[in-house]
Amino acid sequence: MHNNSITQLAEGLRAGDFSSVELTRHYLQRINQLDEGLNSFITITEEQALAQAEAADKKLTAGEGGVLTGIPIAHKDIFCTQGVRTSCGSRMLDNFISPYDATVVERLSDAGVVMLGKTNMDEFAMGSSNETSFYGPVRNPWNLDKVPGGSSGGSAAAVAARLCAAATGTDTGGSIRQPAALCGITGIKPTYGRVSRYGMIAFASSLDQAGPMAASAEDAALMLQAMAGFDQRDSTSMQQPLPDYSATLNESLQGLKVGLPKEYFDEGLDAGVRQSVEQAIEVYTALGAEVREITLPNTGLAVATYYVVAPAECSSNLSRFDGVRGGYRCDNPVDLEDLYKRSRSEGFGEEVKLRILIGAYVLSAGYYDAYYLKAQKLRHLISDDFKQAFEDVDVIMGPASPTTAFGVGEKSDDPVSMYLSDVYTIATNMAGLPGMSIPCAPVGGLPVGLQIIGNYFDEARLLNVAHQFQQQTQWHQQLPEGV
Amino acid sequence: MQWETVIGLEIHTQLATSSKIFSGAATVFGAEPNTQACLVDLGMPGVLPVLNREAVRLAVMFGTAIGAEIRRRSVFDRKNYFYPDLPKGYQISQLEFPIVGPGEVEIILEDGERRIIGVTRAHLEEDAGKSLHEDFHGMTGIDLNRAGTPLLEIVSEPDMRSAVEAVIYAKKIHQIVRYLGVSDGNMQEGSFRCDANVSVRPLGQEELGTRAELKNINSFRFLERAINYEVERQIELIEEGGRVVQETRLYDSDKDETRSMRSKEEANDYRYFPDPDLLPVELDDAFIEDAVADLPEMPDVRRARFEADFGLSQQDAATLTGSRELADYFETAATIGGDTRLSVNWVMGELSAALNKAGLDIASSPVSAGQFGGLIKRMADNTISGKIAKEVFEAMWSGDGSADEIIDARGLKQITDSGAIEAIVDEVIANSPQQVENYRQADAEKQPKMLGFFVGQVMKASKGKANPQQVNELLREKLSG
Repeated sequence: MHNNSITQLAEGLRAGDFSSVELTRHYLQRINQLDEGLNSFITITEEQALAQAEAADKKLTAGEGGVLTGIPIAHKDIFCTQGVRTSCGSRMLDNFISPYDATVVERLSDAGVVMLGKTNMDEFAMGSSNETSFYGPVRNPWNLDKVPGGSSGGSAAAVAARLCAAATGTDTGGSIRQPAALCGITGIKPTYGRVSRYGMIAFASSLDQAGPMAASAEDAALMLQAMAGFDQRDSTSMQQPLPDYSATLNESLQGLKVGLPKEYFDEGLDAGVRQSVEQAIEVYTALGAEVREITLPNTGLAVATYYVVAPAECSSNLSRFDGVRGGYRCDNPVDLEDLYKRSRSEGFGEEVKLRILIGAYVLSAGYYDAYYLKAQKLRHLISDDFKQAFEDVDVIMGPASPTTAFGVGEKSDDPVSMYLSDVYTIATNMAGLPGMSIPCAPVGGLPVGLQIIGNYFDEARLLNVAHQFQQQTQWHQQLPEGV
Repeated sequence: MQWETVIGLEIHTQLATSSKIFSGAATVFGAEPNTQACLVDLGMPGVLPVLNREAVRLAVMFGTAIGAEIRRRSVFDRKNYFYPDLPKGYQISQLEFPIVGPGEVEIILEDGERRIIGVTRAHLEEDAGKSLHEDFHGMTGIDLNRAGTPLLEIVSEPDMRSAVEAVIYAKKIHQIVRYLGVSDGNMQEGSFRCDANVSVRPLGQEELGTRAELKNINSFRFLERAINYEVERQIELIEEGGRVVQETRLYDSDKDETRSMRSKEEANDYRYFPDPDLLPVELDDAFIEDAVADLPEMPDVRRARFEADFGLSQQDAATLTGSRELADYFETAATIGGDTRLSVNWVMGELSAALNKAGLDIASSPVSAGQFGGLIKRMADNTISGKIAKEVFEAMWSGDGSADEIIDARGLKQITDSGAIEAIVDEVIANSPQQVENYRQADAEKQPKMLGFFVGQVMKASKGKANPQQVNELLREKLSG
C-alpha cells in the first residue's frame, strides 16, 4: 500500500480495497518497525490517528470527503497541534501541549487527512542536518550513517521510508528542499505568503514558509492545494487566487525557458551532483525546453546575508521562551534574572543559543546599521537578481544542495561548512520565491535533488515542470534498501 | 544664578477600542485576571498579530485634530526586552515611522498668555500586562488582561517652562482625546499616563541641560509635584557642584520625591527592528477621509464660538468647554432656556454643586440638558423666581418630572397680578406698624436694608410665589408714602 501515490490510495479507499483504519494501521506498523533506526518521529499519535481514520471511513462510506480524506500524513513538530505535544525539537517545549491547531494543520484536517504523528526536526528549525534536535539526530534511510538534511529532516526521512503518505515541512533557508534532496523525495517551498504561518512556531518570520514533502510532484500538488490560501490570522499571507495545482500538471513543456545560473555550478559543487543535475536538464531539453545560462551575480552574498537576517529575527522570536508562562523552567530559581538565565541556558541547545547571540549582536545599538540594515539592502539586491532573470526565463534550475548527504557528525563542529550546504537554496527565501527539489540520478547510492525555482506565485508551473520530469524518469519511485 | 526649567512630556493614552490592538480579546477594565488574554496576548508559540483597524482610525483622528501630518506609511517595530508581564519578550511599537508626524496644540497660561506646544509625534503601540506583587506570598502574579491594549504615545517637544505649564499642556491633551472620544482618559484606570523629561539650564543658555525622565505619574497633581521636586533637586545638585546624570527616575507620591530607577548606562538596548509579522501600514485617502468625517468641534474652536455666540467671558467659555459633555450640556440648556447668563450661572452653580455632592459627572446627571433648559426657560420668562427654581430643580433631581410638570403640580407659578401682590403688601404693612414707623424714620441709605424684612414677609405670605421685583417696587412706593 505504501508504494502507492496519494491518488492511488484515494482510489483504493473509495473502491473499498482497504479502509483508512487499515491504511493507518499499516503506516503505524511501519513506523513501529522502521523508525527506531531512523528516529524520524518525535511523537506518534496512534490513538488520535485511528479515531481520525474511523471518522474518515464513515465519510468515505457515505460517499463524502475529498482526495485527502483518510490519507495518513505526518506534521513537522513545528506546527501547533491541539492537545498534542508541539516541541519544535527543543527541550524548551518538551512539555508544551498546544491549545490550538496551526492553520496548516486545521486545513489539512478539514481536508480529511489522518495525522500519524509529529516529525523530528532541527531545534527551532535551526540546522541543515537534523542533528540539533533535543530528541536526537534523524538518520537518512538511504544510509543510516548519513544525515537526512534539515531542518525538516524527520519529515523527509519519514516520506523517503514511506512511513507516511506525505508530510508537512517548513523552509526558512532550504529546510524543505535540502532534506528532500538528501532523502530523494519531492518538496516544495511555496512563495512567501502563499501558506499561512499562523501556528507555525516562528524561526525567522520574514523567511519562514510551510510546504509539503511527498513522494512525487503529483502528491505534493494535492497537499499544497489543501495547505495554501489566504488566512486573516496571518497579516503576511497574500490574497492571491488559488489555482488548481493538479489541473495543470500535464501541460506541455514545449518552449519552456529554463535558466541555469552559472553561480550554481561553481567550484563548490560536487562533481557527481553536477553530472546528475546536468543529466536531469537534458531530460528537459528532450521535452522541448530551451535551456540557457543566466547569472545571479549576488548569489555569493546570500549565505552571509541570511546569517544576519535570520538570527536577528530568531533572537526576538525566541524571547517569549523565558520560563515565565510555559515551556521549560529551571529548578529553584533564586530571582528573576536567574530564572531567565538558567531557563534559557538549559532549555535551548547550542545552535539555537549561537544564533540568538548573533541575532542580538547584529541588532544592538551601534551595529544595527552595519549588519542588519546592510543585510536588508543586500536582500534587495538578491531579489533584483531574480527579477532580472525572470524577465528572460520561466524557471531557474540547478542543484538543491552542493553535495549528497554527509555523514552524521561530519559537519556538526563546523558551522560555516554546515551553513554552506544551503548555499543554493537560501537566496530564494531572501527573495520570497517558490522553490522545489525533485530527485534525479543518485550518486554513490545517495539521492540528488534538482532544484526548480519559479516566479512569485508560480507554484502551478513548478509542479507541472516537476511532474513532467517524473513522467519521464523513475528516480522518485526508487526506495532505500529495506523500505 | 537664575535657572530655566525645560520640560517635555510623553503621554500614553489608551485608545477606546473594544478589542486589543493585535488580537480580538476585549479591553474592558477590571475583569478577573487573565480572563481577557487570548492566545495572541499570551504570546503562545506560533501566534501572529493582526492590526486593529479601529486603533489606526483613532490615531488618525487625533493627528488630524492637532493639525499633524498623517503618515501614509508607518511601520511597526519590535522593542526587545525581558520582563515577566511582557509575554513575547518584545513590545510592538513604532520607532522610525510613527503614524502621526509633527503637530501642535495651543495652551492658555494662567495669566492668559497663549503658548504653542509642539507635538513631535504620536505612535501606536501595545501595552504590557501587570505584575502583582501583593497577595502571592513572596511570588509575583502576572495579569495579562492589559497586554495588547492599544496605546497612542504622544511625544511633545521640550516646550514647557514650568510644572504648571506642563500640567496645562497635559490637561489640554487630555481634553482633546476625550473630546474626540479616542480615549476615556481615565487616569485611575491607567488610560492616561504621563512621563516627564525634565532638565534645567541657566536662564538665557541655548543648550539644553541633561535631562531626567520621570515615570509613574498618574495624576495631574502628581505631575506638578514630581516636576517641582525634580527641578529643585537638579538645581540644588548643580549649585553644590554636582552634575545631573541622564537617567530614569521613579516618582514616589507617598514620599513626594523622585528616585533613580536606572541610569543611561544601565538602560536596555532595545534592539529595535521592523516587525516582520506586520506589513507597513499604508493609508489611502479614503481611509483618512472616513476617519475624520465626523470629527467633533474641537475645544479651542468651541470656546471661541461660545465667546462669540453667547457673549461669554474667556474664563466662562473655557470652563464650559472643559469637556465635550459639559459643553454639550451647556449648549443644549442655553439654547432651550433662551438665557445665556442664567444658563451659565445655573450650570456652574446649582447643577455643578449637586453633581459634586452626588459624586457624579455631567454625563450621568439625573437632570438632562433638555430638562435643565426647560427650567432656565421658566426663570427667563418669569414663570418662577430663582428661589422657586431651586425647589423645582431639587424635585427634578429626584425624578419628579419636567420643570413645567412640577410647577403645575405644585402650583409654583409666580404671582405677577399686581392687584394680588398689592393686597398682600397692604396686609403686611398693616400688620407691622412698628417696623413701618422705624423704616420711615431711618436714614435713606439704611432703608434698602430694612426693606428686606417686608420683602420677606410678603414672600412668606405668598409662599414665595410673588414676583420679587414687583414686590420690591410696591413696597418702596407704599412705605415712602
